[in-house]
Amino acid sequence: MPILVDNNTRLLVQGLTGREGGFHAGRNREYGTNVVAGVTPGKGGENVDGVPVFDTIADAVAATEANAAMTFVPPAFAADAILEAAAGGIELIVCITEGIPAQDEAKVYNYLRQTTDAVLVGPNCPGVLSPGKANVGIMPTTVARPGSVGVVSRSGTLTYQAVYELTSLGLGQSTCVGIGGDPVPGSSFVDILAMFQDDPETQAIAMIGEIGGDAEEQAALFIEEHVTKPVVAYIAGFTAPTGKKMGHAGAIISGSQGTAIAKKEALEAVGVQVAVYPSEIGELVSAALGG
Amino acid sequence: MDLHEFQGKALFASLAVPVPEGHLATTPEEAATAAEQLGGKVVVKAQVQVGGRGKAGGIKIADDHHQARQMASEILGMDIKGHTVHRLWVERATDIAAEYYASFTLDRGAKKHLAIVSAKGGMDIEAVAADSPEDVVRLHIDPMMGLTDWQARRLVYDAKLDTAAARPLAATLQKLYRAFVDLDCDLVEVNPLVVTAEGGVIALDSKVTIDSNALYRHPEFAGFSEAFVVDPIEAMAKERHLNFIKLDGTVGVMANGAGLAMATLDVVDLVGGAAANFLDVGGGAKAETITDAMEVLMQDPAVGAVLINIFGGIVRCDLVAEGIVTALSSLELPWPLVVRLDGTNAAEGRKVLADFDHELVISVDTMRQGAEKAVELAGAR
Repeated sequence: MPILVDNNTRLLVQGLTGREGGFHAGRNREYGTNVVAGVTPGKGGENVDGVPVFDTIADAVAATEANAAMTFVPPAFAADAILEAAAGGIELIVCITEGIPAQDEAKVYNYLRQTTDAVLVGPNCPGVLSPGKANVGIMPTTVARPGSVGVVSRSGTLTYQAVYELTSLGLGQSTCVGIGGDPVPGSSFVDILAMFQDDPETQAIAMIGEIGGDAEEQAALFIEEHVTKPVVAYIAGFTAPTGKKMGHAGAIISGSQGTAIAKKEALEAVGVQVAVYPSEIGELVSAALGG
Repeated sequence: MDLHEFQGKALFASLAVPVPEGHLATTPEEAATAAEQLGGKVVVKAQVQVGGRGKAGGIKIADDHHQARQMASEILGMDIKGHTVHRLWVERATDIAAEYYASFTLDRGAKKHLAIVSAKGGMDIEAVAADSPEDVVRLHIDPMMGLTDWQARRLVYDAKLDTAAARPLAATLQKLYRAFVDLDCDLVEVNPLVVTAEGGVIALDSKVTIDSNALYRHPEFAGFSEAFVVDPIEAMAKERHLNFIKLDGTVGVMANGAGLAMATLDVVDLVGGAAANFLDVGGGAKAETITDAMEVLMQDPAVGAVLINIFGGIVRCDLVAEGIVTALSSLELPWPLVVRLDGTNAAEGRKVLADFDHELVISVDTMRQGAEKAVELAGAR
């Protein structure tokens, strides 16, 4: 069993009628994901390659029993789109949109946690891929294979690199989760690590972190208490200057907090092997699995 | 986006946070005029975005406009920790009874807003937190609820601020929190927050960081960036919509994806070099983006070699290689270009580069090989 997305996923796409949304929804469909609906206010009744478009989430869920949403809505409207999806009973919301104001993210996060059961992945993330089963988002699928390594990452390209290395070594993946590089991600490392720990198919976990915030330090505490499966990590940004945004809004060091070295030390202290070069992630996972 | 003190104070004033009356000056004459208009004692403050301005001699008190002119001429042009003073903020001097610290920010770990208040203001708050953590009061605020009145009062009492001024202090904290939320700030910090001899409350400094993702809903911030000192190469990159940061090394770096770009800087460092920049050319890594990026790197005389680090996902490496070839058809390379292509269609991409057979283009198989080669070539110049 993979986590988050699989053959039971019935995907609704917010922004299906847009260029990006349409393109990636098409890719996800080709991979075998069950794309059941699109939602674009004002375009209800239309269809995109046969996928019906609705004006509201409520209409789409009533007609198609969609249980997951992928959000490609522009940043100014994305927070509202997430709230609408949650209110419509969607269980998993994967928000690809980059550039949502942090104040909006903080409100959405707290609202979802306090009043709904919806799981949010992202914003500003590449999505979730369960190889051989379903792809929700913008991850490339050619380098992924079904298997037993869970991958969770704050970075897009580094995730693909890690997946590629794993596949090259004959190690497939249960699920690859991009949690995104924003200051307030809907799901953090801890949330995804808990899912992988509970997933019988996942035998080892690769996590890819980067500078900024304390998500890796929190992950280390969680791993020590709750994770019995081997975990391998990589952290990007050892040489990043302080006070500069390195592309991801979350990747910014302020003062002594959020440094790569602090994250590496916290993870190593609880027995997590931390790769020096990104290309070592695959080898370390292979070694951890006795390969 | 970090604002200058005068910009932050203008925002405070727009939300009724009390600030001293003042004017901006770029010449000693303007400073004198400002002081004359304000009347009486004034404070002349260097507008540079760096801490420790006072200690460096960038903040002075003048008794009248003659003295203000003299002080302005001393401070303008001064170098404070590498920042040249081009602007002064001349404001009415405040009769200070007590100096406090107050800030609002996002606690990423707790995913809540965080208020920090201390009775020990006017000094480095990190030092206070290290020396006497009991003097620094922290309180989480649910972004759904906002700062409640009882929380604002509790901050005042827990931090042992002047209880005689509890009402205006709590009201000012509320206004600062509103500024933090309504203006989409990553940080609002006031140090010192002052109780005056008359019992009033006033924000004597401002440190405001705006969330650049929220600029679209704040047309009032449009002019702010004109006052920032920007590296000319970074400015050129910005014009071309490149995600670029200037660094101090000799190896130019281009990678697709912010995480991979950061990892590339680290690997260059690990093999003994230093990157000249951070540059994420994005998922597509198109020919025109590569051309734009190379032209930007050509402005930096420190660059001795450039490493292009691409992991092909949805974007195919053969298309990236063709993009590089196209870019080089209209550019004369001033340095060796080390190219690492991996992922989707990497073999085809490497073949495109091999067929291109350019003497300055070196194709490598791994990120580490690429970094080693680029560092070697950058050093050999």
